[in-house]
Amino acid sequence: MSTPKPGVLALEDGSVFHGRAFGADATIAGECVFNTSMTGYQEILTDPSYFGQIVTMTAPQIGNYGVNDEDAEAGGPKCSGFIVREVSPIASNWRSKLSLPDYLRKYGIPGLSEIDTRALTKKLRVDGAMKCCLSTLPLSDAEAVQRARDWQDMAGSDYVKDVTCKEPYLWGTDEPANHNPPYLPVGTTMNAPGIPATTFRVAAFDYGAKFSIFRKLVNHGFAVHVFPATATAAQVREFKPDCVFLSNGPGDPAALGYLHQTVTGLLPHFPIFGICLGHQMLTHAFGGTTFKLKFGHRGGNQPVQNLETGKVSITAQNHGFATDPKSIAKGGAQVTEINLNDQTVEGLRHQELPIFSVQYHPEAAPGPNDADPLFADFHRMVAQRKAGKI
Amino acid sequence: MPKRTDLQSILIIGAGPIVIGQACEFDYSGTQACKALKEEGYRVILVNSNPATIMTDPEFADVTYIEPLTVEFLEKIIAVERPSALLPTLGGQTALNLSMELHQAGILEKYGVEMIGAKPGAIAKGEDRELFKQAMLKIGLDVARSRTVKNMNEAHTAVDELAMLPLIIRPSFTLGGAGGGIAYNKEEFEGIVANGLDLSPVHEVLVEECLLGWKEYEMEVMRDHKDQCVVICSIENFDPMGVHTGDSITVAPAMTLTDKEYQVMRDASFAVIREIGVETGGSNIQFAINPVTGRMVVIEMNPRVSRSSALASKATGFPIAKIAAKLAVGYSLDELRNDITRLTPASFEPTIDYVVTKIPRFTFEKFPGADTTLTSAMKSVGEAMAIGRTFKESMQKALRSLEIGARGFGGGGKHGLDEAPDEKTIRAKLATPNAERIFHLRYAFMRGLTVGDIFDLTRIDPWFLEQLREIYEMEVALKQFTLATLDAATLRRAKEFGFSDAQLAHLLGSDRAAVHAHRAAAGVATTYRLVDTCAAEFEAFTPYYYSSYGAENEVLPPTGKRKIMILGGGPNRIGQGIEFDYCCVHASFALREIGCESVMVNSNPETVSTDYDTSDRLYFEPLTLEDVLEIYQQEGCDGAIVQFGGQTPLNLATALKQNGVNIIGTSPESIDAAEDRKLFSAILEKLALKSPVNRTAMNEADALRFAQEIGFPVLLRPSFVLGGRGMFIVYSEDEFRTVVHQAFEVMPEKPVLIDKFLEDAIELDVDCISDGETSVIGGMLEHIEFAGVHSGDAAMVMPPHTLSREVLNTVRQATYALAGELHVIGLMNVQFAIKDNQVYILEVNPRASRTVPFVAKAIGVPLAKLAAKIMTGAKLKDLGFTRELTPKHWCVKEAVFPFVRFPGATITLSPEMRSTGEVMGIDDDLGVAFAKAQAAVKPGLPVAGNVFLSVKDTDKPRAVELARQLGALGFSIYSTSGTARTLAENGVPVTRLAKIGEGRPTAVDMIKNGQIHLVINTPDGMIPRRDENQIRSAAYARSVCIMTTITGAAAALNGIKALQRSRVGVRPIQQYKGNVNVL
Repeated sequence: MSTPKPGVLALEDGSVFHGRAFGADATIAGECVFNTSMTGYQEILTDPSYFGQIVTMTAPQIGNYGVNDEDAEAGGPKCSGFIVREVSPIASNWRSKLSLPDYLRKYGIPGLSEIDTRALTKKLRVDGAMKCCLSTLPLSDAEAVQRARDWQDMAGSDYVKDVTCKEPYLWGTDEPANHNPPYLPVGTTMNAPGIPATTFRVAAFDYGAKFSIFRKLVNHGFAVHVFPATATAAQVREFKPDCVFLSNGPGDPAALGYLHQTVTGLLPHFPIFGICLGHQMLTHAFGGTTFKLKFGHRGGNQPVQNLETGKVSITAQNHGFATDPKSIAKGGAQVTEINLNDQTVEGLRHQELPIFSVQYHPEAAPGPNDADPLFADFHRMVAQRKAGKI
Repeated sequence: MPKRTDLQSILIIGAGPIVIGQACEFDYSGTQACKALKEEGYRVILVNSNPATIMTDPEFADVTYIEPLTVEFLEKIIAVERPSALLPTLGGQTALNLSMELHQAGILEKYGVEMIGAKPGAIAKGEDRELFKQAMLKIGLDVARSRTVKNMNEAHTAVDELAMLPLIIRPSFTLGGAGGGIAYNKEEFEGIVANGLDLSPVHEVLVEECLLGWKEYEMEVMRDHKDQCVVICSIENFDPMGVHTGDSITVAPAMTLTDKEYQVMRDASFAVIREIGVETGGSNIQFAINPVTGRMVVIEMNPRVSRSSALASKATGFPIAKIAAKLAVGYSLDELRNDITRLTPASFEPTIDYVVTKIPRFTFEKFPGADTTLTSAMKSVGEAMAIGRTFKESMQKALRSLEIGARGFGGGGKHGLDEAPDEKTIRAKLATPNAERIFHLRYAFMRGLTVGDIFDLTRIDPWFLEQLREIYEMEVALKQFTLATLDAATLRRAKEFGFSDAQLAHLLGSDRAAVHAHRAAAGVATTYRLVDTCAAEFEAFTPYYYSSYGAENEVLPPTGKRKIMILGGGPNRIGQGIEFDYCCVHASFALREIGCESVMVNSNPETVSTDYDTSDRLYFEPLTLEDVLEIYQQEGCDGAIVQFGGQTPLNLATALKQNGVNIIGTSPESIDAAEDRKLFSAILEKLALKSPVNRTAMNEADALRFAQEIGFPVLLRPSFVLGGRGMFIVYSEDEFRTVVHQAFEVMPEKPVLIDKFLEDAIELDVDCISDGETSVIGGMLEHIEFAGVHSGDAAMVMPPHTLSREVLNTVRQATYALAGELHVIGLMNVQFAIKDNQVYILEVNPRASRTVPFVAKAIGVPLAKLAAKIMTGAKLKDLGFTRELTPKHWCVKEAVFPFVRFPGATITLSPEMRSTGEVMGIDDDLGVAFAKAQAAVKPGLPVAGNVFLSVKDTDKPRAVELARQLGALGFSIYSTSGTARTLAENGVPVTRLAKIGEGRPTAVDMIKNGQIHLVINTPDGMIPRRDENQIRSAAYARSVCIMTTITGAAAALNGIKALQRSRVGVRPIQQYKGNVNVL
């Protein structure tokens, strides 16, 4: 057996976990969170919403199917570090192009395996998400704990500026690999997208958007004009889109005053659909507030109930903050969906304006596609608006 | 929407006797369903012919019918009970088929019974191959391409259209798929199709795309009336397509799918359940994926709760059957709660942070001559499941849970040898799926084969192979150490890889105790983790544990209550099945009633005992000394019950006691005394009880000498086994020489017993309960067959029907004397033989026996529960059971056999047990009770038609009278030469048939033509003649009633008389309560 390289994880409360290093050689600090998805580590690694975070997978066998060219949600991994119980030395899947350790090494992300991820998860559940330091370089435990404590907390920080695009562009004119159709095995036609005849121009804010969101929008009849987070309301108005989309993104939603302001400036003018951070931006634009959850919702099995229909969808989620339900009424919004595990807000709708948003991820990736119809709902809403019906 | 209020009573059909493919899992699901519906206030009407189930305990339903599962009997029950609804999806394929038959016969409509859960249309669509295929194509899913052809021209067109080879050829309506095959080239295709067309009675073959070697998956999904769908568990088969999923090693969750691929499968599963139209409940959907192209095809769906759903429930902690029952009466998933987390709803998908491995358990050794290749027809009789934090850990735990002598993946033992077979043997064992293939993967690594080489031979996914290679690599590394030189880090890693102390002892040249001590010193401690449905995201309130080696131990602190461990029976096998799980579950209930905490340990996912709410604490763990002892110590148990789980816990008893475990109830010494021939003979002598002349041999030469001294016929049997493994009645020295080796092989280093065989003796099974002061007989069961048929296989009657009061009193006295002498605290089973009014003791087992549930149902007293209470110190007089009760009605037990699954195996009743399950027939008339038992094991006694009669010489006198009476009842008799001559000589009208090979038509021809309605064929000698076996195989295959003993035939005659004479009625067991004589 080859000699394993040690690695360490230290939490701000002083607890230290020793494991085996894989991926890149690095020492990093960030917020330690856990994700309960049993599949989809590639999508999780590449989801820009994890910027600044060190992700622990509760599923114990990670890396089994390697990494492929089609399933990435960004140009490369976006989280700071990755923690697993066991990492597979080989990749076994017909689409695999690279093993997970090689992939992380290629992008400079350190990984840690042979960690008791269940013990770590329970700690995060009980004590809440924590600052931590992960190192695959020689580093004393004490130093690692110090690094964890020294890390600048995400509360109050703007992470969006680190992951948003620099310039506006039309989705589909950049990297071709980013525009894969939804995965379908050869021979299966179920789920094959039936793209609507009418295409609407959507001004899509990129707060650190996942590729899948833009792919879904395209498949549901939108021409996706991507705007950087820094774009102003005036710039968007000037562009005269049919509608506006607000994407997911990392960090503390309360710390993004400039975005609240932009969204406020768009509210009366366009049909708007927001996902995740986009939903939180709408919350703030409505004059509402967000608060930090103890350990967040990260996984692919979260039950969300639509309060209007009573129906439950199993949803993919990745958020550490949530909307305060009492705070949004004054802005004319109402809660449309809640999480059945903890009753937190999962969806909003404005009572008069054609605006709605969800805290979870209807684009899945990874996770269930149950909420996919929201994209079609958005298309319908825009069509009605165009027809002057709303 | 809350539950429906327009329904008052609900009929649940159970799965009937345990057979291959339908085991305890349907007791688990049925019990859950009964509990769930009763809890909601519905009147539950249950029908199941299997008395060994928990679900048929009188308190689980409002009315419980232990009656045959046939349309005829169900109609009688429906006519009496008038249920508002029928829930067809919880009793396996048996219940589903019967529900469809009831529907098709118009019975449900006639009595206004609504089918809930799944409607007939949905069931038909899910079950019919062609309808299903069309439905799949309609919703955009792919299926295996195929063509049905009726002649060679069509076959040629098909092969051109499909444009692929290999192709699978399946002739329509041939038994066991006879005449089918895989064609790899056009020449083979021509040959197989031509042969298949010829063999098919309708001259039709299905030519189908060959999916052998594809990755195989199962999805367990649920749907509610709001059309909310969830996946409970994904399962990936370790063995690729080609092996029945029941015979495959399977792993949960799926290991080698990306999220995209998994989600497509999830979406497809929902599309399937919606299209087929299963309104509410669970379904199981199987998929195959081409490992190279990723093409995904739907294989089949089960529109009901299945074996895999039981596995999925145990693997995730999500109770599928219970939830399915609640959904069927109108609840939606979000209205139901997740029992484990309490605060979160059932409308979610479990996520797990461990790996679950299930391995099937086979018993080919019981069916010599049978093909041991694993195919698309299921052959395993049970399964073990293990949970580990990693695949490696769970696989090794699963292997040692099998109780077949494997310690894990290597590391000594019968299947982990240090010397590998030659490469040719290994390659052969890898290329064709078989029960030992898993062990030959290790031998392949030992011979230097690579993961790539092995994949080419097996098509097992390289990820799994790599994991096994890592285990092997660890084994090699460990061999470089001794216990003294082994560092703590390597030791910990080895434990994390699932190595048991016994494996480590073998590899390090040490012993188990030393490894354990070393481990303790090194701080490598076993930790227990929770099965919580949510990967620790929420707090869990159910103490359902598995062991692992981690940084944290989640075992709850003691509550201060007295705590008793119950050791389960492990995987089902022939001889050790549901009856023992029934007893374990009762022990748990009893402990709850008296305020003790119960700690259940078991490794069988099919069982009620491994339901998380059966016991106070559940440990899903292998039943080995190391695993059990660790739990006992960490839990700080006050005692352990070993007499309920069959042979598995008994084999551990002595070692457990030596390690400080307080075995409550009968002591291990007493258990040993009953097994040890010398000690036992001394006891019999002291009590002045007789047993057949016997000797104990330690080697084959002695055995033969003793047999000669005793005189043939003799009964030859290994000690310390259950189910008559390696047991033979031997009539001659020649026969003795051919089988003696097998008897020794079963339990190497244990003695073999040789008894004088009492021919034509009547056997009697007696179950007794004792508290050390008082002993009470629970029941006496008289065998219908003469001595020589294993008690697990024999048909039995309770109360005894031919024995005199004097003989029975002698039996009683002997039983009580034995219970006293062996200091029995709990249950005891004694087997007697009565010959010429002399009473002989054949065997004493101071433990729960297979007949305990049957007896409990016959007299209406929960014997196992009482026994558990006694073990904790209660007295029978306090429990109100001090006098023997005998039923005023008749209870007949009959066994079911898996011969159809093992073409080529010898079909005969013998001292080696081969039945998989049992049924009970209850009635005021003995003949009717017997007829009911026959109807319950299928096909039931005929009331008219033709009888084929062929008996051994010694049975001929009795056969004459039998034939005469059958003739009088209107049957026509057919015989071959010998029997025909005897009958003719005695003036019985008989039609003579040619012997096989001596002209046509033969009995086999007539059976195949449906012209024979009863076969009476008693074998001569130990190994039946080939032609006899052909007749019996044909009878089994065509579902013709068959009697293989003359006494069985006599009982059948009485049964037929009763059927002709009287109208057969049905009565729930609740109405039999108190229908007993007090002695």
